[in-house]
Amino acid sequence: MKTPIYLDNHATTRVDPRVVEAMLPYFTEYFGNAASRNHEFGWKAEEAVDRARKQIADLIGATPREIIFTSGATESDNLAIKGVAEMYAEKGNHIITAATEHKAVLDTCKKLEKHGYRVTYLPVMGDGLIDLDMLKESFTDKTILVTIMYANNEIGVLQPVREIGAMCRERGVLFHTDAVQAIGKVPVDVNKDNIDLASITAHKLYGPKGVGALYVRRKAPRVQITAQMDGGGHERGMRSGTLNVPGIAALGEACAIAQKEMPEESKRLRYLRDKLKDKLQSGLDEVYINGSMEHRLPHSLNMSFAYVEGESLLMGINDVAVSSGSACTSATLEPSYVLKALGVGDDVAHSSIRFGIGRFNTEEEIDYVADKLVDVVKKLRELSPLYEMAKEGIDLSKVSWARD
Amino acid sequence: MAYSDKVLDHYNNPRNVGSFDKNAANVGTGMVGAPECGDVMKLQIKVNDESGLIEDAKFKTFGCGSAIASSSLATEWLKGKTVDQALQIKNTDIVNELSLPPVKIHCSVLAEDAIKAAISDYRTKQTKRTPAAQTVA
Repeated sequence: MKTPIYLDNHATTRVDPRVVEAMLPYFTEYFGNAASRNHEFGWKAEEAVDRARKQIADLIGATPREIIFTSGATESDNLAIKGVAEMYAEKGNHIITAATEHKAVLDTCKKLEKHGYRVTYLPVMGDGLIDLDMLKESFTDKTILVTIMYANNEIGVLQPVREIGAMCRERGVLFHTDAVQAIGKVPVDVNKDNIDLASITAHKLYGPKGVGALYVRRKAPRVQITAQMDGGGHERGMRSGTLNVPGIAALGEACAIAQKEMPEESKRLRYLRDKLKDKLQSGLDEVYINGSMEHRLPHSLNMSFAYVEGESLLMGINDVAVSSGSACTSATLEPSYVLKALGVGDDVAHSSIRFGIGRFNTEEEIDYVADKLVDVVKKLRELSPLYEMAKEGIDLSKVSWARD
Repeated sequence: MAYSDKVLDHYNNPRNVGSFDKNAANVGTGMVGAPECGDVMKLQIKVNDESGLIEDAKFKTFGCGSAIASSSLATEWLKGKTVDQALQIKNTDIVNELSLPPVKIHCSVLAEDAIKAAISDYRTKQTKRTPAAQTVA
């Protein structure tokens, strides 16, 4: 077993060697510009793009012409939300989203608020899911777009997208979903799920960074978006810029592999995830799972280890790559806003670890991580005045702490 | 983030972990920070009645590696000092010794606060000469 062990597959994934193989010829042999219509080099590149478009579309039940290539999910989110807001400005100015969305969605919505749009940020319930009744009450006659992620990047919780999409459809409101964490991991079908726009990125599904796509529905309803960059009018005028042909070929191949292997792979990853969870729960008292276990990506786990601070925990497992919701590990020194939105206390957020198990993890690695984590948590609890107080029967929530 | 060797050493081999009887007259307890801020330090001193020297010190810390190292180091430095000398320990001394980066300076401040709180608790007890209630400074 090689260390460090990578268990941060929500952040990014290792590129699958088969994906690397698929993209390599488009750097050297077939390096043409897919927009070059009058020679072999361009045709070869265009062929690769067309193939990828189909592979991506097949994975999500779309048609190839509904796939718009971008530089990644942040661009896709921006293009979807700003593009719809601008295109449908005459129809309304109200957007609905959720408190646990990725910053690429939240900050885009905040930007639109400065330009006169109204945004409703739905709270989430304790399990991380939005309340559909609350969504229902949030629609107004000015609502043009609902943007709710498919699966959360911190807690892995799957939102009820099908129901959300159906509610939007009934009201003639467009539905965008940031689906980067879900696509290739769980079955996503834009028709069954009533999705009008979906953001995709390659690097979360064993492809390279810097390439993504936006699904834009063409029929029932036909969705139009205003381009956010001016240029050569590529991608049917929705996204100008020379296509990243090797990246696109890679994204296509990554989708094809995911489609073929998802049933087996998700079973295997779920087994490993559950084993990790069970070992941690049986080895330690007072560990808490953040977010719904039932509505969750199969490879995802987010746990809090009470009375132990996240950064010190990461320090103790320094040969394991994971993330923490602790303030100390974030650039802002604020604990995770996603965990806070679930209503977990800041102290629990400080104690949280996100595990993202991926295609290249082995059972041996999971066993190692679980055992090591149990040891480190026990050691840190010996050091923790909070654990000592809790064991003495002191209710920590009733102590008046000296705050800085 | 890369940690200095000294921070790693204190994290891996924390000195003087533990607790004294907080009700003992010659024990001063300082508890600073708050769980929701991500740091809580408990630092205790045991003062020799005759010599007036801090004969032992213990800590427990909930916090990042730098917070653990700052309080571990503080207990090392406290031993053998008089209470007045102990009050001279400054957070900047801890920063320098552990090579703490700017984002971790608050850990050293917390350790200094914990020392002061422990001494203040000790002095209050000495004035009253009665067992003090648990102090959460």
